Amino acid sequence: MASHGVRDKVAIVGMGCTRFGEHFDRGLDDLLLEATDAALSSAGVARGDVDAFWLGTAQSGMSGLLLSRPLHLVGKPVTRVENFCASGAESFRQAAYAVASGAYDLAMAVGAEKLKDSGYQGANAAPVPTDGTNRTLTAAAMYSMIVPAYAARYGLAVGQVKEVCARIAAKNHHNGARNPRAQFRREMTVEQLMAMPKVAGELSVFDCAGVGDGAAAALVVRAEDAHRYTDHPVYVKALSFVAGNGDGLSDPGYDYTTFPEIVQCADDAYAQAGITDPRHQLAMAEVHDCFTPTELVLMEDLRFCERGTAWKEVLAGTFELEGDLPVNPDGGLKSFGHPVGASGLRMMFEAWLQLRGEAPEERRIRTLTDRGLALTHNLGGYPGEMVSFISVLGRSPG
Amino acid sequence: MVQGPGQTMGDPAARPSRGIVAAAGYLPYRRLDRATITGVAGGGGGNGWRTVASYDEDATTMAVEASRLALREVPGLVPATVRFATVAPPYLDRTNATAIHAALRLPPTSAAYDDLGSVRSAMGALRAAVGEDGASLVVAADLRSGLAGSPDESVFGDGAAALVLDDGSRSPVLAALESWASLTEEFVDRWRVPGDARSRVWEERFGELRYLPLGGGALAAALDGAGLSADDVDHLVVAGTHGRAVRSVAAKSGVDPGRVVDDLSSSVGNTGAAHPFLLLASVLERAAPDEVVVLLVLADGAEAVVLRTTAALAARSPGRPVSDQLAAGAPVPYGTYLAWRGVLAVEPPRRPEPARTSSSAAARSTDFKFGFVGSQDEAGGIHLPPSPLDLLSHPMAEATGTVTTFTVDRLSYSPSPPTVFAVVDFEGGGRLPVELTDVDAEKVAIGDRVEMTFRKLFTADGIHNYFWKARPVREGGR
Repeated sequence: MASHGVRDKVAIVGMGCTRFGEHFDRGLDDLLLEATDAALSSAGVARGDVDAFWLGTAQSGMSGLLLSRPLHLVGKPVTRVENFCASGAESFRQAAYAVASGAYDLAMAVGAEKLKDSGYQGANAAPVPTDGTNRTLTAAAMYSMIVPAYAARYGLAVGQVKEVCARIAAKNHHNGARNPRAQFRREMTVEQLMAMPKVAGELSVFDCAGVGDGAAAALVVRAEDAHRYTDHPVYVKALSFVAGNGDGLSDPGYDYTTFPEIVQCADDAYAQAGITDPRHQLAMAEVHDCFTPTELVLMEDLRFCERGTAWKEVLAGTFELEGDLPVNPDGGLKSFGHPVGASGLRMMFEAWLQLRGEAPEERRIRTLTDRGLALTHNLGGYPGEMVSFISVLGRSPG
Repeated sequence: MVQGPGQTMGDPAARPSRGIVAAAGYLPYRRLDRATITGVAGGGGGNGWRTVASYDEDATTMAVEASRLALREVPGLVPATVRFATVAPPYLDRTNATAIHAALRLPPTSAAYDDLGSVRSAMGALRAAVGEDGASLVVAADLRSGLAGSPDESVFGDGAAALVLDDGSRSPVLAALESWASLTEEFVDRWRVPGDARSRVWEERFGELRYLPLGGGALAAALDGAGLSADDVDHLVVAGTHGRAVRSVAAKSGVDPGRVVDDLSSSVGNTGAAHPFLLLASVLERAAPDEVVVLLVLADGAEAVVLRTTAALAARSPGRPVSDQLAAGAPVPYGTYLAWRGVLAVEPPRRPEPARTSSSAAARSTDFKFGFVGSQDEAGGIHLPPSPLDLLSHPMAEATGTVTTFTVDRLSYSPSPPTVFAVVDFEGGGRLPVELTDVDAEKVAIGDRVEMTFRKLFTADGIHNYFWKARPVREGGR
């Protein structure tokens, strides 16, 4: 038994992504149509050409009918999948494995979320009947517990970690300001970010992902068919997924400065893709910066730097657009926004643009001269109990 | 008015002497400075402090806390009955004492009953327990208040107290019951219609004049039943629904004023049904062996109970004396107090309110939800909530722990924002990310030691969601 992956067996031949944001005037159907139409037209195919569909959404609706009705699909297999905030990535896995297996030739993965119809700020999970002992804390509060833990483990003042978090937010705002699809397009200085009122632990609203509506879609085929659809396909090098078992919530050995699920997920992804030095082999990474301390920890868990050094690397600018390894060149969840089910595919959309040289000049990465791999990382859940997805995508096979 | 004869309790030849084997009071952490009331309410207020139950406490949760403290004194003793008295029951129609029973992890064969609605009901519960075989837990708890600026709001307090009665066969009797006299009389002095936020009272002198002969008569009868006189009384505890009558009866009792027990009015306030037991628990912390303690309660009649302390009292060291709890409190602003009692409507967080607890799901997890029982795997690892893979259960309610990391959530729904929350690692193993209570958000730090306390998380659709929270271990309060 092993995780073999589908390295170079599957290629992305078309993608689409809506602007993310407060689409008070647009429903889920509108967003689904825009994202899927964009993906179809980029591959030069029609809806009826697609053999199977997967739709990832955390809480915007149930069943494949959520997609088959607005697209008016006839006689097609359409499945809704859910895996917390990694629902979009989950839809991609299903579509990729479906074409890799030979079951279908052309499959579409769609991710979408309509969050802004709830009337509340932030995301609110649909209530499941329980015994009442479950936490009702916000996600922001759960992730904010990283800050004091990280400070304590590495002998930093809480204020230092807060400043590192502000640097991460400033970077992602800088990148998002150069992205017409992003929800927040205003640059923020570290000083402005540090002065924001706290909402959860040390975190301000500006340490949190933007909450918005949006959709993204990808068309996948077997790699050998890719050039029938596009001259510049993007190849799947690795797809890994790990669902934790919640041990971090009951195991005193877990210290809230790492996400073990992501360490395991990265090991699998790098093995599938044959990556030994992610920091220097990857041209870019899109990571799940749901909160700024999440991105801090991810830099270590994804082995972009040594354990305990991410805070220094952030301050050194390593992960900025012009840095050694650009992280979240599209602005990330922080600035692009986080329509939950859409985010996993939105990350791949940025890899698609960058690897094909289609990203706007003002946020184009400079690392592609000698590197051709992009990583996307999508997680769901909370410290101690999460699911983790990683893809490695490349602009050429082999 | 007919004076009832003093009833002698227990025939030494026929049965072992029944008495109190454990006693404990529970005072909530928060205190209201009565002087702060007047400026807001335009009246009321006064001197001293009153205790204030936290927003996450009700009569049931405070009764659990008092019962835990009392039962800690008699390890291994399993009460055959639990009787719970309060004038502030969280539920009607269904029994409140069953939640106490569950939190104390008593077996189904231990019976749990409520005695609800009047201050006097606490004495009824105690009297019923006196007549029982086997160990009895009698616990009373109250949240007492009135409208803003009212005398009641100021003189009342919140708290709980528990007494464990037994025959001495399982644990030594600390104070043996010697006699009991009871007088009952119908007159309307203090009353409240169900659902009302405030009590009403008749003109003060009327009640005082009714209670004077009732109190004096019951006291005389009880002393007579025990073959004692007022001079023999070492500690006279007087409690009741009528403050002035309580003072008058004590003054005219014939007992030396120096032997009349402080009624805690300046530090706690009158805790209603809980007050007689609270004062009794407090006296037993400082009484010497072979002393006479009389409990006299003025409530729709009068109850007088004569107890004699035993030699076992000398060896006693109560886990968390009332005197320590008195010293351990912290102030609560008057506005917060009003919000906690629902008198002042404050803006809630803009988040959906929690859904009601599922009765069937809660019933499946009673051990964890009410008893805070986790599970243990074969390697010794402890799981909270219990893992379905584990065969061993692992009680955790008495475990102390340490804060590993924490946060203050200003966004999530809470009846009293912000939510203070920590990852707690327990000594002896186990971890739970859990809400903190009785804590100042600014003062939490990694490494803080905490203990578990039974609380109400929220109420939805009239269902109270009881579970445990962690609170700082305060050495002064231990």
